[in-house]
Amino acid sequence: MSSQNPSRPSPMQTVETKPFWEASARGELLYGSCSACGEKHYYPRARCPYCLSDQVTWLAASGRGTIYSYSAVPRGNPPYVSAYVMLEEGVAVFTNIVECDPGDLSIGLAVELVFEKSRDGQPVAVFRPAS
Amino acid sequence: MANPGAYIAGIFEHPTRLATDKSVAQLHAEVAAGALADAGLGKNDIDGYFCAGDAPGIGPLSMVEYLGLRVRHADSTDIGGSSPIAHVAYAAQAIAAGKCNVALITTAGRPRAAAEAPGTLTENPDYPENGFELPYRPLLAAGYALCARRHMHEFGTTSEQLAWIKVAASRHAQHNPNAMLRKLVTVEDVLASPMVADPLHRLDCCIMSDGGGAIIVTRGEVGKSLGRPLVRVRGSGESIKYQLGSHIDLTTTAGVKSGQMAYEEAGVTPADIKYLSTYDSFTITVLLALEDLGFCAKGEGGRFVEDGKLVSGVGRLPVNTDGGGLCNNHPAHRGGMTKVIEATRQLRGEAHPAVQVKNCDLAMAHGTGGMLDRRHGCATVILERE
Ligand SMILES: [Zn+2]
Repeated sequence: MSSQNPSRPSPMQTVETKPFWEASARGELLYGSCSACGEKHYYPRARCPYCLSDQVTWLAASGRGTIYSYSAVPRGNPPYVSAYVMLEEGVAVFTNIVECDPGDLSIGLAVELVFEKSRDGQPVAVFRPAS
Repeated sequence: MANPGAYIAGIFEHPTRLATDKSVAQLHAEVAAGALADAGLGKNDIDGYFCAGDAPGIGPLSMVEYLGLRVRHADSTDIGGSSPIAHVAYAAQAIAAGKCNVALITTAGRPRAAAEAPGTLTENPDYPENGFELPYRPLLAAGYALCARRHMHEFGTTSEQLAWIKVAASRHAQHNPNAMLRKLVTVEDVLASPMVADPLHRLDCCIMSDGGGAIIVTRGEVGKSLGRPLVRVRGSGESIKYQLGSHIDLTTTAGVKSGQMAYEEAGVTPADIKYLSTYDSFTITVLLALEDLGFCAKGEGGRFVEDGKLVSGVGRLPVNTDGGGLCNNHPAHRGGMTKVIEATRQLRGEAHPAVQVKNCDLAMAHGTGGMLDRRHGCATVILERE
């Protein structure tokens, strides 16, 4: 399900983020949701960055979203697109847009979650224009 | 106890832009000596030292030893390139609290000689954000481009308007013999330069330079005894902004809060500011600061900067009359130091005659360091000539 991208650096993991990367390997992108204050956050943390409660659950995103902002880096090796994608859950994710012609992108464009394997084979969440 | 007041008594900007034959510590020592000479003080007058992450060693420890300082107060707060502006405020606070009388602040580095790209992220898994950013190859310029793109989307800002910020910098830099780029550029030149991170072109980005600078901040009675023009620290503020995923906002900066605190402490308004030094890592950094500091309304930055409105002598608000980081100097990838230095020159009447602001009695130096899109720190000081 995940294509390999040898130019993608492998994510560094900690004991705190290990479940996030295990979910990525299952094809799920997790975000944090706090039952103490009701706020959602990304990247997910053990404690809520709004209220510091530990009543945080990491939920799987639907994978549907829109481009909040993007920037094509034409001289990257290879070229790539940096972006914030706004998930339909209302959480913005720092990511890349893949499988696209940057000239066809725009803020508000519908995108969908896919995974690309980094150098060490760890799947990493990225987005492509929705089919 | 009445506040003794704090004054910028010494400034020095290293003339080099390429320090192939000097060490980082050596550059810190050279700028320290330069600022002391400017103030008319000696090394042993220094009893406070401030530095940020560009200083080699553990916090201030190595540099205090290397310089042979005898300090009773030291601080190495690092909020990115705006740190030296915060240090001016912290020095004033330390002086008011009786912790020191003469504070030295240094910035120096040699990224150009060492070929170190800006914004290179430390590959340490304990940085909590690293796992979620490094896999996406976050180029520093692309983060600023995300903010520029969003500003264009929300407010109709154009690449031509951003280019005017670079054009104004080049009109100032042509008069600065030490500036790295002294050639006049046009809006067309900016738009024709290679795209680094769409919509930011090569000429929307600051230069990379070696060297640095230093500032001496003194207690009131020390400053008044030196016979130099008196530049008083009137107000200051610092703030840190970040994204948490929800409630994302890429078009306002921490400058809203740092600026507001500085205005309130100084008891002045944007209309009172005669000259502004503001951080110009990228053209968009300037535009957002102008809005957030209240020089124009949010969304009006594009119209505020176009047609040379930032050029000294002809524009509505002279900005970065040394040529800024876009053309003059951005030593150690950190532009805060030179912002305070040029503001002080303006208040002393020591700027280049071609860019000197008439009757410049109140100036602001403002910094925006870090990664504009993800996490950044702003620091603002308002300085007054007495
Ligand atoms: Zn919470």
